[in-house]
Amino acid sequence: MFSNLGLNIRIGFFLALRQIRRASLWTTSLIVFVMVLTFLNLVVVSGILVGLIQGAVNQARSEFTSDVIISTLDDKKYIENSPNILALIKSLPEIEAMSARYSEGVILEANYKTRKETDKPNTAGAQIFGINPENEDAVTRLSSSVSEGSYLAPGDYDQVIVGQFLLSQYVPVDDPNLAALDNVEVGTKIRITVGGVTREVRVKGIIKSKVDALTRNVFMVDSQFRSMIGRNDGNIDQVAVLLKNGADPIFVKEKLKRSGVTQFAQVQTFEDAQPQFLKDIIDTFNMLGFAFGSIGLVVASITIFIVIFINALTRRKYIGIMKGIGIDGGAIRLSYVFQSIFYALLGSVIGLAFVYGFLVPFVGEHPIDFPFSDGILVAPIDETLFRVGLLVFSTIIAGYIPAWMIIRRNTLDSILGRN
Amino acid sequence: MIETKNLIKTFRNGDVETHVLRGIDFQVKEGEWSAIMGRSGAGKSTFLYQMSLLDEPTSGDVVVDGRSTREMSDTEEVLLRLHKFGYVFQDYALLPDLTALENVALPSLMQNLDRRSAYAKATDALTKVGLGHRLNNLPSRLSGGEQQRVAIARAVAHSPKVLFADEPTANLDNDSSEAIMKIFTELHREGQTIIMVTHEEQYAKLAEKITTMDDGKIVSTVKNR
Repeated sequence: MFSNLGLNIRIGFFLALRQIRRASLWTTSLIVFVMVLTFLNLVVVSGILVGLIQGAVNQARSEFTSDVIISTLDDKKYIENSPNILALIKSLPEIEAMSARYSEGVILEANYKTRKETDKPNTAGAQIFGINPENEDAVTRLSSSVSEGSYLAPGDYDQVIVGQFLLSQYVPVDDPNLAALDNVEVGTKIRITVGGVTREVRVKGIIKSKVDALTRNVFMVDSQFRSMIGRNDGNIDQVAVLLKNGADPIFVKEKLKRSGVTQFAQVQTFEDAQPQFLKDIIDTFNMLGFAFGSIGLVVASITIFIVIFINALTRRKYIGIMKGIGIDGGAIRLSYVFQSIFYALLGSVIGLAFVYGFLVPFVGEHPIDFPFSDGILVAPIDETLFRVGLLVFSTIIAGYIPAWMIIRRNTLDSILGRN
Repeated sequence: MIETKNLIKTFRNGDVETHVLRGIDFQVKEGEWSAIMGRSGAGKSTFLYQMSLLDEPTSGDVVVDGRSTREMSDTEEVLLRLHKFGYVFQDYALLPDLTALENVALPSLMQNLDRRSAYAKATDALTKVGLGHRLNNLPSRLSGGEQQRVAIARAVAHSPKVLFADEPTANLDNDSSEAIMKIFTELHREGQTIIMVTHEEQYAKLAEKITTMDDGKIVSTVKNR
């Protein structure tokens, strides 16, 4: 049985190769083009959908959480034993840079000098972070997100940088639930109230970004922040840790856990720190992409079915002749299967070259500008190869069925063209 | 060598039955050249198709080398056709995607001969029919006579026991027909068993035995030599 299969494969390949070689170049190109489109549909649609969210995740990582983020336990006001924890983090060989942050809720108020008794106060609530500007910039390059005015300097006194969505002129929709300050720009003086302490500060810069943690919050120099909240024990609220290239965030997280950091603080990788809804959206988009891709797969299968059916039907006489002179039906069927595999593989190879040679790097360099993220194209090679396998498998089935339908017909009827 | 026993073929179209073969007993010995003649619709081609196992008779039997084909499986029949039979059709029936050499080599390849040997056999066969210089031509690049010679080469390259030919000169001009018949004569001289359907008397006369059919029956058998 197996020797017969081997022989059929050999003859099937022999016939397929010659049919492909002598087929019309236009027809072959058209079929391969359909296969390329199907491949792109399978890989790129879901890749863009997932990349839309992945872009947001990547930006949150590079601009706010960094690779590992250590934050206050849910039932604590700050990270106890912070100086020792900071020293421990600093001692790890995987660490490139870190930024310790203080954080409290803040009420911002503008135009308080010109406001009448009867006017509604011009206020907005946010989170304020006390940072060492140099350390923060080394970890998140916060300075590059300051689009108006300038970034904080270590000696800045009573100055803040403010996220764009705390200023009404930058809020895209007028949402009564999102309070923003009116008439505030770089240089404007505003009042900030933290834990009952109020201070007048000047807006030094405005942060523009697609990361909520930047656009809806306020940053000031840590020494000023400490003096304002009266915290002099060295305890902080958050540490963003940037790892050296190639270091694994999970490995560092586990290392910190083993060192007992979790007794005083929460240790998360950038992925852990994502909100659950983002992870759910990625899964949903993945499913949606697969659903769209499946439609493409059905279209490709039908295309191959029609191509092979017409091909086999127009060659019915020759199929009959081959059967007549003793060529096994299995070998003839295999010749059509090989042709289908050829179309699917060639389409996939061209698609792979296009995706990995052009699309992924291009979209990486020029992200798609979505309102809430810079979308990238996510195409992990293992998932892509799985989809190639799926495409090849569907085309094998789509090529086999019509060939089987035509080849099973009576040999003499096929030779004589009788129905 | 090959024998038919009470071979009957009836076509049904709804309630209408057409009796094309009405019980034919026929025998061809090894090395014999037998011609089957008759007017159009006499059933000669249908008879050839049943005898060569390209079609299944309604009843009766075809016996090849003493073995009944009645109980043979489809696979056995395919193998019998591959190893023991060769076919020449009226319209050449070459595969358009294969060169002359590939067309001729195909049955040998299917017999699991390695490529080199199959191509060597095919080259010999094509040289024998005078087409040694057109090995790599596609059928579309060959004249009708040349295509029929390729078809003959394909039919005999794997040394079949019986060569079946259905009106091999019907589509050819006189010169080409003469050339084809010369090849048949040569093959017969070398001991090839040939069963040939023709309506051309001058070519039928080349055979040792002429069987005439009419209305699905054999009406005469004449020994020519």
